[in-house]
Amino acid sequence: MQGDKVLVRVLVTHEMESGQRKDAEGKIIPAHFIRELSARHNGRPVLSAQWGPAVSKNPFLQFTFAGGKPGDKIQVSWVDSKGDTRTDETAIS
Amino acid sequence: MTLHRRAILKLGGAATLASVAGGLRPRPAAAWNPAAFGAKSLDEIVAALGGTGYAPTKAVSWGATPDIAENGAAVQVSITSALPRTQSIAVVIEKNPGPLAAQFDVPPGTDPAIVTRFKMAQTSNVHAVIKADGKYFVATREIRVTFGGCG
Repeated sequence: MQGDKVLVRVLVTHEMESGQRKDAEGKIIPAHFIRELSARHNGRPVLSAQWGPAVSKNPFLQFTFAGGKPGDKIQVSWVDSKGDTRTDETAIS
Repeated sequence: MTLHRRAILKLGGAATLASVAGGLRPRPAAAWNPAAFGAKSLDEIVAALGGTGYAPTKAVSWGATPDIAENGAAVQVSITSALPRTQSIAVVIEKNPGPLAAQFDVPPGTDPAIVTRFKMAQTSNVHAVIKADGKYFVATREIRVTFGGCG
């Protein structure tokens, strides 16, 4: 494959509430976690993930793909169990 | 492996999405699989992922995955598959309330290797479930947890 190997490191700010914890009054804190996350390189999927509530708070993900060039766009999106979603983009350096 | 390039993303909370991303929101390609995440055993999980049984494999390396994790709230697990035509990697933490922790689709061009941090309720076997060339393979490693992270 043409181009370089690209190391991608993703750090997401998210509670990843498991649904197992109780609050001070003993009530279960409802689960709230990222279910789907995808990474794209210039629009092409390079990793697609499904997560459960066991992924740690403020998730970290690292992977490597081939074929990236400096300045190419890496886009990461997620959707959580409440339907909230976020997309961020960065350029390969 | 020589790494020439890198991309580092830090994604904030969803509350700021509207102001930051606007119309830029493609849906992730994978559709979340409730049957697999609700399954309670490795056999059920493999079936829910679409497999018909699995074989043990030694073609998985665990990188810097610890033998003993002091903090079960964030256990960093590294899984690399050496199986030809690896298509997906799933992580199953046997003794967690929901054993399937994560599943990754690995398209051609992406290394069959992921590093992620997980919560572990207690000491448990952790299974790497690899789909390669249409078949399922499992490698297992025990991680001891001295302070559980699901409570």
